[in-house]
Amino acid sequence: MSETFVRIKHAPERMPPNAQIGMVRWMRENLFSSWFNAVLTILSTVLLFLTLPPLLDWAVFSAVFSGEDGAACRVDSAGACWAFVEAKFGQFLFGRYPAEERWRVLLTLFLGVAGLAPLLIPSEFPKKWFVAYLLVPFPLLAFVFLSGGLFGLATVETSDWGGLMVTLVVAVTGIAASLPLGVLLALGRQSDMPVVRILCVVFIEFWRGVPLITVLFMSSVMLPLFLPEGMSFDKLLRALIGVALFSSAYMAEVVRGGLAAVPAGQYEAAKALGLTYWQSMGRIVLPQALKTVIPGIVNNFIGLFKDTTLVLIIGLFDLLGIVQSNFTDPTWSSPQTATTGYVFAAFVFWIFCFGMSRYSVYMERRLDAGEQR
Amino acid sequence: MSSSPQPWNNPKLRAFAIQLAVLFVVGSFVWIVVDNTITNLQRQNIASGFGFLENPAGFGIALTLVEYTEQSSYGRALLIGFLNTLLVAVIGIFIATILGFTLGIARLSSNWLVAKIATVYIEVVRNVPLLLQLFFWYFAVLRALPLPRESLSLLEVAFLNNRGIYVPALLLEGNGLVLGLAAIVGAISAWLITRNAKRKRLETGEIVKGAAFAPLLVFVLPVLAFLIFGMGLKAEVPSLKGFGFKGGWSLIPEFVSLLLALSFYTAAFIAENVRSGILAVSKGQTEAARALGLKPTSVLRLVIIPQALRVIIPPLTSQYLNLTKNSSLAVAIAYPDLVSVFSGTVLNQTGQAVEVIAITMTIYLSLSLFTSLIMNWYNRHMALVER
Repeated sequence: MSETFVRIKHAPERMPPNAQIGMVRWMRENLFSSWFNAVLTILSTVLLFLTLPPLLDWAVFSAVFSGEDGAACRVDSAGACWAFVEAKFGQFLFGRYPAEERWRVLLTLFLGVAGLAPLLIPSEFPKKWFVAYLLVPFPLLAFVFLSGGLFGLATVETSDWGGLMVTLVVAVTGIAASLPLGVLLALGRQSDMPVVRILCVVFIEFWRGVPLITVLFMSSVMLPLFLPEGMSFDKLLRALIGVALFSSAYMAEVVRGGLAAVPAGQYEAAKALGLTYWQSMGRIVLPQALKTVIPGIVNNFIGLFKDTTLVLIIGLFDLLGIVQSNFTDPTWSSPQTATTGYVFAAFVFWIFCFGMSRYSVYMERRLDAGEQR
Repeated sequence: MSSSPQPWNNPKLRAFAIQLAVLFVVGSFVWIVVDNTITNLQRQNIASGFGFLENPAGFGIALTLVEYTEQSSYGRALLIGFLNTLLVAVIGIFIATILGFTLGIARLSSNWLVAKIATVYIEVVRNVPLLLQLFFWYFAVLRALPLPRESLSLLEVAFLNNRGIYVPALLLEGNGLVLGLAAIVGAISAWLITRNAKRKRLETGEIVKGAAFAPLLVFVLPVLAFLIFGMGLKAEVPSLKGFGFKGGWSLIPEFVSLLLALSFYTAAFIAENVRSGILAVSKGQTEAARALGLKPTSVLRLVIIPQALRVIIPPLTSQYLNLTKNSSLAVAIAYPDLVSVFSGTVLNQTGQAVEVIAITMTIYLSLSLFTSLIMNWYNRHMALVER
């Protein structure tokens, strides 16, 4: 007879090996999974050690945060001259817009944000009214408030506009004009009518083929020649026209991609229901087409926002232009002034552009929700 | 009950009428603009026509690839500007491609730290205007370097100061032909060895050891020839004479900053294209290739990259075009490119805005149309043949 052994007690539980838990396991998997990865990790760590401490030192520990003039920044060991940004902050935002009138800019900003915010928050708001408000009353109000001359508001010439305000005016106008124009051009490019199609193709390919600088040069030196004698445009308006036409061509190409992605069955179904061209486009095709190209549209907006800096080349003072023009101020001249100014401007642009791209990722996920399994 | 359809409900007639109307509106707009322009030009006594291209330019240009003097014509200045644009674009595209592919692959790396560094780089550089980056490199970095007298030096042979970068020039003395010949022989033999190795592999499955190193022959043979024949390769070290450096090869700071800004900026965009291209290859492809027993490097080289390239190349070309068009920002730091020389200096001197802007735009337009023609051909050629 053989005896059988049956275990009647659980073996004591032991901890998993140290290398399989917590930080160590994470590092083994993510940093040292192979000898090649280990080398890369070590190289990256060295890189970070070489760059981060001096950067932190420059931006925080040795930085000059307050001061009446550039004296403190002229010290040899001084880091970033944030006092310069602090002293010029008003100019960076408004340019040479008279200080006592700046509330008008802020009010315009508030009116715009109030109209835009409900559109950006996905919910069951009645969006129609906000869109209508942004399309008609808001531009008029913004124009009246910013340039004045009506209702007892003092006139402020556009040559006095500057800073972030000009950047936003150019970008917002470009965005607002390029989206509808781009949709029209994209539809025209798909049209059955050869004349319309060819005109749209020529228009789109022309603007996409040339650099924005030449467009701005054209709008600043050639536009006056195109107009009848005695009629002249404001410099800012000329830049706005150039930017709007330029970006509408890019927008058209993005929308075209979206139109191509809508299945042919959708077009046919819309026709079979007896919808007119504009009905089937507006209610069936475009909503689907625009949804698929949201990332492309936002990318275009970001590109446009960054491209607004180019207006400084034709003598307008956008944020970058005003920051740069302040480097020549002798009270603030120091070895660090220029770098600090550029870093500040870069940070402002970065906030806007990165914010827009995050928002597009968020919207993309939300609109995709129905298609995810 | 049924009435004959109204003429405006006939789609053909309606399309005809609409097109006629569009043509009329656009035509009259163009006519008004042209008419105004002619009137304005006559009123302001601005000469027209392209005759000015023959006139002497009378200004110097800081960087010239072909011969140019102040007596050269405006047409010659146009050529110089165009060549300078091409120079910065071609070198920029080269750097941006290498950097962009590296960053794109790094962002997908299984190494957490590497992926994070690449992500931070891409997200920072992509979201800051190019012009700002250009100004940063030019005014905050290169212009802030010490004067020639206090140059930063590398082993006393290469120098860095606010006038540019100076490196020793390698001057070949004696018979350079031998080196060229050696390189050609190297290239041909490398090609032959690779071809034979491939044929043998396909026929017998044997891998010829060392054949993978054959391309190195292109470099090895000239070096051998150099060592054997001992030709004079003289390095001309730049030296401080008066207020600047003489001798050696030099790069003007405008060129360096434009090149850095363009290639760093475009690399971030290329990295994103590369990343989405690699992600577009379905995971099943990797798994199938692994199941067939391919090594990880072969999986990447033979399965993933060929399929990813199909997705990557169209947006990559448009990035190349963007880089070329963005090189026109040179005007902001006075690097003598097409826009800066022609739409800047020449326009100011001659005042012939219409002709100058038209020529500039035509050049950029033909560059990009030419590229899109090639791309369309390429896309048709590469299109996936589905059954």
